[in-house]
Amino acid sequence: MDKLLLLGDEALAQGALDAGLSGAYGYPGTPSTEIFEYVQRNKEAAERGVHRTWSANEKTAMEEALGMSYTGKRAIVTMKHVGLNVAADPFVNSGITGTNGGLIVAVADDPSMHSSQNEQDSRHYGRFALIPVFEPSNQQEAYNMTFDAFALSEKYKTPVVMRLVTRLSHSRAGIIRKEQLEENAIKLPENPNQFVLLPAFARQNYKNLVEKQKILEKESEESKYNVYHEGKDKSLGIIACGLGYNYVKENHVEAECEYPILKISQYPLPRKMITKMINECDEVLIVEDGMPVIEEWLRGYMDNSLNIKGRMDGTLPRVGELDPAKLRTALGLEPYPMKKIPEIVKGRPPELCKGCPHRDSYIALNEAMKKYGPGHVFADIGCYTLGFLAPFHAINSCVDMGASISMAVGAASAGLFPSIAVIGDSTFGHSGMTPLLDAVNSKANIVVFILDNSIVAMTGMQDSAVTGKIEEICAGVGVEKEHIRVIIPLKPHHEENVRIIQNEINYKGVSVIIPRRPCIHIASKMRKQK
Amino acid sequence: MKKDIILAGVGGQGILSIATIIGYAVVQSDLHLKQAEVHGMSQRGGAVESHLRISDKEIHSDLVPHGRSDMIISVEPMESLRYFPYLKHDGWLITNVTPFVNIPNYPEMEHLLNEIRGHKNSIAIDGDAIAKEIGSPRSMNMVILGAASPFLEIPFEMLEDSIRAVFERKGEDIVQKNLDALNRGRDFAEKYIQK
Ligand SMILES: Cc1ncc(C[n+]2csc(CCOP(=O)(O)OP(=O)(O)O)c2C)c(N)n1
Ligand code: SF4
Repeated sequence: MDKLLLLGDEALAQGALDAGLSGAYGYPGTPSTEIFEYVQRNKEAAERGVHRTWSANEKTAMEEALGMSYTGKRAIVTMKHVGLNVAADPFVNSGITGTNGGLIVAVADDPSMHSSQNEQDSRHYGRFALIPVFEPSNQQEAYNMTFDAFALSEKYKTPVVMRLVTRLSHSRAGIIRKEQLEENAIKLPENPNQFVLLPAFARQNYKNLVEKQKILEKESEESKYNVYHEGKDKSLGIIACGLGYNYVKENHVEAECEYPILKISQYPLPRKMITKMINECDEVLIVEDGMPVIEEWLRGYMDNSLNIKGRMDGTLPRVGELDPAKLRTALGLEPYPMKKIPEIVKGRPPELCKGCPHRDSYIALNEAMKKYGPGHVFADIGCYTLGFLAPFHAINSCVDMGASISMAVGAASAGLFPSIAVIGDSTFGHSGMTPLLDAVNSKANIVVFILDNSIVAMTGMQDSAVTGKIEEICAGVGVEKEHIRVIIPLKPHHEENVRIIQNEINYKGVSVIIPRRPCIHIASKMRKQK
Repeated sequence: MKKDIILAGVGGQGILSIATIIGYAVVQSDLHLKQAEVHGMSQRGGAVESHLRISDKEIHSDLVPHGRSDMIISVEPMESLRYFPYLKHDGWLITNVTPFVNIPNYPEMEHLLNEIRGHKNSIAIDGDAIAKEIGSPRSMNMVILGAASPFLEIPFEMLEDSIRAVFERKGEDIVQKNLDALNRGRDFAEKYIQK
């Protein structure tokens, strides 16, 4: 078959499609978005009728994928690392129920936080939930592993995590495809108790899950993705996971590495291989692109057992993504000479586009808020978070999807006036509806801005789940109709908009203001469609 | 053969198209390729980079190692300097000189040019002016690619072929403009090298 030039994300998606995928579920999030988008755009997926509509958030996506697995078909759910926090409840419990059709949870971590609030490592979740993890080290592995992940999932009735990181998700390389598999037919679970987590069944399932770990460990031991490379010089051994392995290899292109290297790309950890390395080497360097997960396990709390080097003793930096230069230093090799960045080079942070509707919303909000001083505006995650920067300085928080409304409710109940929430339309659909219900029930004195630009802009223009439904949702939750105000964020409407905002601030209760104007990058497209 | 390249610019200036054109040409040959892109953040106006690695042997890291880049190709002068820590001492710096000013403390052009020319292998070209001359301001990125082409070790015809393939669906006029842009950049660089 011919070679495809694919991103790591796309390779995973193509693999899943070739391995008999029947449904993709997900919520956008950098750097995972392109997995789902690839399935969405794929012609064959359309012909086969593979499910590929974005979900409202990661929790619903995870549950929908589990529902497909229940029927015996193969499903994938995609999200960024923090999305797994949102999906944590069904994720952990899917370990307890187990699966029927193969289920891959594809999570993309973002070490160095290129576009995220934190750099949590999804391998922690795998261990926590006793769910096996695959960690591809290149695009071809990302493709191949989907076949093995689905097979493992069905053989042992467990979901399988596929953990990517930004530098694999968003890097292209050539992929060679395998022979395609047929999709599964519907075949319901044999055991009627399997998906019923009443305590009596849950206890039994949990016991089975714990039992299963031994055999999953054996699978890791025999996995083609975990490889022990022998080495003559046993003064050091290297355990390298996922992309970490590439950075070790990159520093040995001129001369073969003399040290033994254990490449790890499948978890639970292959205990025998690890033991072998620890027994035969004086010191062990652990290379992980993400948090020091394996390093912490091996050191243990007392940290007195082994000569381990890694991120926790400063051999590698404790935080941030790895790169070849960091490995070079850790391996004690002479660094390549490096030119300095000239001092005249200045930072160039991203900014709201010229003509962005959020700009006009913030200009109006700032004017209405002038007399109250700073510190009243809880915002959320999306393009509009850039309203924190100059020239707007309009917002005071950005924590997690939906937190704007809930934090405003909390602050209002503490007596803060005015208490304002600013949330994007997609973020509102993801996690804003439930705190709005709280606000109505507790009669919170807040003003909620739902910035409706008709799209999920931040992550690259996906469909927003609430387009055309926002007023009805707010009214349905119990916001009074007179206090659901739609405004047009454009200069000619500025005075009127400021007046409306002032009036709603003065209303004691829940107000919703919806500034509505499409993101400029879809505006022209929408005009053409009309 | 091995070429490690950093592509640099400001969001929206078209560095990913440069990567696509080179990538397409490489895939047509038997070389290995890895190309780490910058995604996410849809907003325009921030600094963006892409790492492009081409080799006749297996490529390990998706990122170009610091101090090992053979070439920086930049569509903006200040951005060309931001990636100096990647560039080999005798690596090539090929950059557009029309600044993209969207920050209040943008440096003096003269200082930027001094830094650029201070690097021994550098080509500073006004890609925007040339693109305007041929009536296609948006082809600035292809002018810059043309200026970099003598150092790529990819046959020039292959780059032309990939422009044809990649821009085909946009029509013959766009294809022709981009080919013009590529050739103008190439001519500029060749004259410069001969000097
Ligand atoms: C739990 C979680 N899921 C996904 C993301 C990634 N993400 C950041 S902002 C955003 C959506 C923004 O869309 P919207 O609220 O419509 O604002 P816009 O960018 O369009 O202004 C997403 C999906 C995240 N940060 N956290
Ligand atoms: S991408 Fe759209 S929503 Fe985001 S800053 Fe630009 S115009 Fe605004």
